[in-house]
Amino acid sequence: MKSGKFWAWVVFIVGAAYFFIPLMATVEFSLRMRRGVHSFDAYQIVLGDARFQSTFLYSVIAAVFTIVLGVLIVVPAAYWIRLRLPQLRPIVEFITLLPLVIPAIVIVFGYIRMYGSNSPLPFLGSNMGANALLVIGYATLSLPYMYRAVDTGLRTIDVRTLTEAAQILGAGWGTIIGRVILPNVLIAVLSGAFLTFAIVIGEFTMASLLNRPAFGPYLQNIGANRAYEPAALAIIAFAITWGCMSLIQILSRFAPKSANRPN
Amino acid sequence: MAEPFLSIQHVRKSYGSNTVVQDFSLDVEPGEFVSFLGPSGCGKTTVLRMVAGFEEPSAGKIVVAGKDITRLKPNQRNVGMVFQAYALFPNLTVAQNIAFGLKVAGMAKADADKRVAEMLDMIKLPQMADRYPYQLSGGQQQRIALARAIAPKPKLLLLDEPLSALDAKVRVSLREEIRSIQKKLGITTIFVTHDQEEALSISDRIAVMYGGKAEQVATPFEIYNRPATKFVANFVGTLNVLEGKVTDAASGKVQVNTQEVSLKGKLNGSKSGDTLSLALRPEAISLDRQPGHDTSLSGEIAEVHFLGSVIRVRVGIGGNTVSLDTFNNSATPPPVVGEKADISFASGDMLVLH
Repeated sequence: MKSGKFWAWVVFIVGAAYFFIPLMATVEFSLRMRRGVHSFDAYQIVLGDARFQSTFLYSVIAAVFTIVLGVLIVVPAAYWIRLRLPQLRPIVEFITLLPLVIPAIVIVFGYIRMYGSNSPLPFLGSNMGANALLVIGYATLSLPYMYRAVDTGLRTIDVRTLTEAAQILGAGWGTIIGRVILPNVLIAVLSGAFLTFAIVIGEFTMASLLNRPAFGPYLQNIGANRAYEPAALAIIAFAITWGCMSLIQILSRFAPKSANRPN
Repeated sequence: MAEPFLSIQHVRKSYGSNTVVQDFSLDVEPGEFVSFLGPSGCGKTTVLRMVAGFEEPSAGKIVVAGKDITRLKPNQRNVGMVFQAYALFPNLTVAQNIAFGLKVAGMAKADADKRVAEMLDMIKLPQMADRYPYQLSGGQQQRIALARAIAPKPKLLLLDEPLSALDAKVRVSLREEIRSIQKKLGITTIFVTHDQEEALSISDRIAVMYGGKAEQVATPFEIYNRPATKFVANFVGTLNVLEGKVTDAASGKVQVNTQEVSLKGKLNGSKSGDTLSLALRPEAISLDRQPGHDTSLSGEIAEVHFLGSVIRVRVGIGGNTVSLDTFNNSATPPPVVGEKADISFASGDMLVLH
């Protein structure tokens, strides 16, 4: 065996061990709830817990709204910047990076001060308002990933010529974005959506400080008070993430074909 | 005279202090095929984009069928356009691409399907309806782009260097196809190109552009044979330029090197002693005296290139060099470099460049 190939295998095995050993250990630990035998008791308890179901459903709904809001903001913005305001790109890129630099706790404290029940925009005065604020906060947190994914997608198509071709055929802006631009960056939007979903499902700080019944605070609560159930929850969350990735892969097969994705 | 279908009136376009189109005017008759020909940066595409509505003129107006469209948005102009980069929508099939404009206009599906089938027949690609753009060659994509532009029955067809990205063989066949479709439909067409052969071969008229201005607007025959300016003469076709000195303005005598040429009636106010640039197309010159050739100049063979059916010869006449092509004749060997040679031409074919 050539030495280059040998070291490649060594690196692969070390990397795989780094990822899989903790995972396997967590799986093994999650099965030890019943003394002396391996069982799925921890999983049964977690999945049977009404709070698990309600918080998970809450976070999934919040994720869907976040993705819709993110797409509505990011796709037209990234498109317009590519088409008409390319000089603004560095500024917009900087702004979209801010959520990575500013901790979520700072953002949420700002929200609480700005949108408290005594403010002119009392989002926190009602449950629906607080939910909306959480979704807005999540959209902010996912901005760096969503913007980059969409911008990369736009880079693969000739935005200006396609826009002009649609315009000269009589299309207005809604038709151009909905029928020409969005379908051609759908894969990029889906990957941005997946990242957004992953962020929202596990997010703790915003949901906790806005006192929302989300999955993140539930995970933290279980982790602090139980032994085997948090391990089972971690594995379930991992499976959900992998499920999402598979779903994106399957969906992308049905996405419109483009000249940039021949097969 | 009938009212022009498209009237571009004193149009100017500036970006800050940089003026790319200066006082451009052109009237196009209904059904006419007019080419904008010129080098890169001459403003031809900018004028086309102003007609399409993608650029707004800094001054002047554009009228189509009697209606001022200068400030209308591109999607309100009912103009078809074919782009250099094809610009087919990658996510749509060929049929969906062609139907795009029809759908936007709100045409019923059955009618749109019928029109798409008509268009596919017209471009001779009826079997391609369900293909995606990435499954087509460049020539096929451009034909689909043409069908898509024509499908909504636009008033005006704009072609922005549609053949530039194609290989030579496809270019020739597609330009003939474009012309035949245009004639069949009788659609008024503006064609932008930097390829003179393309412009000369398919246009009713050509506007030769340079520095943001139309240097000459005329038929291909006029442009080639009677160029109005030095730029047009140099840009269109191959040209031999000789320096001459007016010896007798009244009788039209001009001295080239040490030999005299008579250009009566062509000197346009030049005075004796003036230096002139005289131009001759290679095909107007021959090495032996042909019927109708009333002028000859003596020189020496400087270069000979055997190209098969044609022999390209360069003859030195004093400080000038004249290029000419002769047909290969198996009975006559090609001229030899250094040999004395007389070239002859009709003085009427000599152009005085101003």
